[in-house]
Amino acid sequence: MTYIIIIISAIFVNNIVLAQFLGICPFLGVSNKISTSVGMGSAVLFVMTLATIVTWLVQNYVLMPLGIPFLQTIAFILVIAALVQMVEIILKKVSPALYSALGVFLPLITTNCAVLGVAILTIQKDFNLMEGVVFAIANALGFSLALVTFASIREHLDLMEVPAGMKGVPIALVTAGILALAFMGFTGIV
Amino acid sequence: MNNLQNFTKGFFKENPVFVLLLGMCPTLGVTTSAINGLGMGLATTFVLVMSNLVVSLVKDFIPDKVRIPSFIVIIASFVTVVELAMQGYAPALFDQLGLFIPLIVVNCIVLGRAEAFASKNTVFSSVVDGLSMGLGFALALMILGSVRELLGSGAIFNIKLINHDMILVFVLAPGAFIALGYLIALMNKLNKTK
Repeated sequence: MTYIIIIISAIFVNNIVLAQFLGICPFLGVSNKISTSVGMGSAVLFVMTLATIVTWLVQNYVLMPLGIPFLQTIAFILVIAALVQMVEIILKKVSPALYSALGVFLPLITTNCAVLGVAILTIQKDFNLMEGVVFAIANALGFSLALVTFASIREHLDLMEVPAGMKGVPIALVTAGILALAFMGFTGIV
Repeated sequence: MNNLQNFTKGFFKENPVFVLLLGMCPTLGVTTSAINGLGMGLATTFVLVMSNLVVSLVKDFIPDKVRIPSFIVIIASFVTVVELAMQGYAPALFDQLGLFIPLIVVNCIVLGRAEAFASKNTVFSSVVDGLSMGLGFALALMILGSVRELLGSGAIFNIKLINHDMILVFVLAPGAFIALGYLIALMNKLNKTK
């Protein structure tokens, strides 16, 4: 039951992009086409889950026993950066097909605050490892949902006549605002 | 570029938020009020100035291949300093900004300036650059925070200006996107007519 609550809350109620404002850069940056946004979504799903597992282990088996939890920020960002590099190298060798699909998005993910944000949130919420994994997957799905929805709106937006000053980012932001308004409708479900 | 131009560029011409569109997550996340925006902006300014200072000091000793990880360690150290200091001296603000303090590490402005400016320029101009970008960021956050606070609750810096029911949605998540969208549109217009 707890898992279902975690999943629904992370995907709809507290959507990571539209309610918590994490991962806005890729949300605005790669949302021009549906195909690229699906690629970005899968890359985030992959890295976020891995990163949450590794940072959870680092926090509970390295930082806490040594009594240095204040090094959390430094340790986590290094772990994530190293992890992304490793994933890139391994994917290149093991699965060239997956690499060509996700490859271009991987370097971008290091500076995606959603990954570090979810890792820190998992610690803050005192989740155990399994809950952490579910939380990470649900957040990544929420990210993909927001990204793909937004991309499909933007594809239509390209065909509209937009006032000169609103072209590009401003109209995208206002659209995102209306999307966030729609997601507010889920408030109170859990 | 002289020092004065270097200092003023962050406020208008190369404003990190309105023109360069960097650091969107904290921009949208913490600007529920003017004071939160200003607090976040100043915390980021501190990290920017210090990391620019240290990066420009050590740039000749760092091998090219490991420069990005080294920059990240430098930045993360200063973020930890801010985090602990704020927790100690401004706990209320710390609670408000929450997750976004550790996330200064992944703010693209900080790493961007370290890589694009501090690793190529002298110590003094790097500090000026950090100050300019940081204060420009703080200014942008404060403007957005004021707009949202005014429209959402009729106050700026907790000073009540309008005694009337306001548009609550501007303090909530959707208002952040909408307010920033219109502010950027306004900035585009101003930059064009100038």
